[in-house]
Amino acid sequence: MTKILIRGGRVVDPAAGVDANLDVLIADGRIVQIGAELLEADGADVVEASGLIVAPGFVDLHTHLREPGQEHKETIASGARAAARGGFTTICAMPNTDPAMDSAAIIDGVLQRARNVDCRVLPIGAVSKGRKGRELTEFAALRDAGAVAVSDDGDAVADTALARRAFEYLSDIGIPLAEHCEDPAISQGGVMHDGAVSARLGLRGQPASAELSIVQRDIALADAAGAQLHCCHISTEAALQAIADAKARGLHVTAEVTPHHLFLTHDAVAGSGDDLLYDTNAKVNPPLRTEADVQACIDALAAGIVDVVATDHAPHAAIDKQCEFDAAAFGISALESAWGVVNSLVDSGRLTLSEAIERLTIGPVRAWNLDRGDLRGLGTLRVGAPADVTLLSTDALSRVEPALWASMGKNTPLAGRTLVGVVAATISQGRIVWDGREQ
Amino acid sequence: MVAEQVAQQVAEQVTETMMSQPAPSDAARSAPQSRPPFDEPITDWRRRHLLDVDTLSKDEILRVLSTANAMAEVLDRSVARTPALRGVTIFNLFYEASTRTRSSFELAGKILGADVINVSGSGSSIEKGESLVETLNTLSAVGADAVVMRHHASGAPWLASRTITGHVINAGDGQHAHPTQALLDAYILLQEFGDLSGRKVVIVGDILHSRVARSNLWSLTTLGAEVTLVAPRPLLPSSMAPGASEQEHPLSLPSVKIESDLDKAIVGADAVMALRIQNERLQGKLLPSSAEYARRYQLTAERVATASPNAIVMHPGPMNEGVEIAFDVAHGSQSRIEAQVSAGLAVRMAVLFLLIRGGA
Repeated sequence: MTKILIRGGRVVDPAAGVDANLDVLIADGRIVQIGAELLEADGADVVEASGLIVAPGFVDLHTHLREPGQEHKETIASGARAAARGGFTTICAMPNTDPAMDSAAIIDGVLQRARNVDCRVLPIGAVSKGRKGRELTEFAALRDAGAVAVSDDGDAVADTALARRAFEYLSDIGIPLAEHCEDPAISQGGVMHDGAVSARLGLRGQPASAELSIVQRDIALADAAGAQLHCCHISTEAALQAIADAKARGLHVTAEVTPHHLFLTHDAVAGSGDDLLYDTNAKVNPPLRTEADVQACIDALAAGIVDVVATDHAPHAAIDKQCEFDAAAFGISALESAWGVVNSLVDSGRLTLSEAIERLTIGPVRAWNLDRGDLRGLGTLRVGAPADVTLLSTDALSRVEPALWASMGKNTPLAGRTLVGVVAATISQGRIVWDGREQ
Repeated sequence: MVAEQVAQQVAEQVTETMMSQPAPSDAARSAPQSRPPFDEPITDWRRRHLLDVDTLSKDEILRVLSTANAMAEVLDRSVARTPALRGVTIFNLFYEASTRTRSSFELAGKILGADVINVSGSGSSIEKGESLVETLNTLSAVGADAVVMRHHASGAPWLASRTITGHVINAGDGQHAHPTQALLDAYILLQEFGDLSGRKVVIVGDILHSRVARSNLWSLTTLGAEVTLVAPRPLLPSSMAPGASEQEHPLSLPSVKIESDLDKAIVGADAVMALRIQNERLQGKLLPSSAEYARRYQLTAERVATASPNAIVMHPGPMNEGVEIAFDVAHGSQSRIEAQVSAGLAVRMAVLFLLIRGGA
């Protein structure tokens, strides 16, 4: 098998506390040696990394791949290519496919289709059969087939009785329930954040209390059951406070934020000019919130109250967005702009580089306890770890041009913006899957 | 050149009469019998679309209303017809039921000599599931010079303005905007008071779901009125509730007085506008009952008696008499509800004329 020597880069491995100019040698899909000025191993391909950050490959706990069932939006293969370009070497596929990933057989099928794609795909099983919120799925069978969590993402487990039993049953299964924290009785079909901008645009709003309601309920249920609650894409200051309190009490609660909730407010729906945009590319669930919420998300991420940056990559076809705002699909295609957004927080001094990389690598691995079996060492550059490496620039400028993306989903409110930070190359399981250094 | 001067004169005259008593219909009758020069291009109107009144200046609003006055003069003729928009094709694209707005837009176009074609949700390709963008492209392809659009989705006319080549006139979008209603309401108020500076206007009812309230907020504040919104908390956008964050947000609606007690708000008001409340919102889920609503928010004779002696009562229609407004108030001497409907025709004629014959 091929050997690769990554030479001359600045290795940042938050799990090991390493930040130094080191070379990394890869062979047989594993990291075999790290050190200063390694000799060229016989037959190794040399990847010049001078001026670049050498980081563990990113791990995304929240990706929508749309296969099976909606292959016109994204396939497992195209989503994996997008992941590679975004620096991600492991992505966790949400089960809101068609059919939903609610049985071991469907999980098997996804893993088959993911076998030779450009990154590792870890499936997430549905909490309820068909994601209908009525009957529990077979959690142990899903886990044994490879599911790393269960989630009805896209919807909360709205039925409190079902949520209670799900947490209780999960308590000895060993995987988390990844909750979409939106109380539908409160959000009532809202299409954006309930606030000044929704009032102006005459769009139905989702109040912040819809998120807090489920977060507080689930903290109580998970605590009583002794199970892990993972809060997906948290977007409001109040919910972050509730999560901080739960963590302070020692409960097993983890949380993620998306790049867009760290970067954009509900203003993006209206745009900044006189001409109201009603930008359907800024329609996402949970919705973009207020400036105070964005700042709270950044603070919580820096403080470690939020463990993970997860993309909630939600690709859609053009026709799903070229329509009335009410009719448009929720979601942002995010894999290929994630690093530029997160690194912008480094650039502005809100996060250290090590913190930013931590929340994209070992942070998610620890949150879901993925460092086991074949995946031992995932999220690190330890000797013996999977050879998943991302080469990053922290100062190169890049314009967001979805037309050039690998993802079939071109839906992003960031199109045309210039971000700081570029994914220069990605090595997944010992293979160079993205090399943008000469483009 | 001569025509332009006459146009200027007519505009000045109507503006003057708008700003002072007597009522403009009298003034129009006593005005010189010069025919309004509707065959000249309009060089001082630069807006291509009428999507809302939020970005219109006071001068622009007055320009529309003075043109509406000239249109009212046309309507006073024995044969109310002018060829000002001959050869122009206007599509009325209505995705929602409408009586007043739709019929007055249709009539407005026809009086001005345009070809007006009605397309509605039923009996068209919309029923077959055609997307809005496709329908708009189709209208563009058959040569629509203007599309008058009513749609249940807030923002749909903005999408239309970026899709088609012709002019877009918003005839009501979702819970967002209803610019011609706001303009005709301004017309009625100016007719009554001449100048709105410092005039107290109370808007009472379902603010949350009301495109009429949103558009009126913009035009009335632009014209200098002091607006008070009156609603129970569930019918108010949360960002307008007392103590809400983001009150100073740059995108927010104009900042006005908010009051939950109509009895307090109505005292000394110059005009009171009741909004329609849908029956399904009064069945215990959003508000307890229509009786409970009427108890607190119905425009009754007793309540109107506490307003200014010259106060007028308005309603955009259609009314639920006995719910948001008492029958005797709706049809009493202070009511301008029928006048609103009549003014709607002249205002819509003015809007069509300015947009289509204007410079943009």
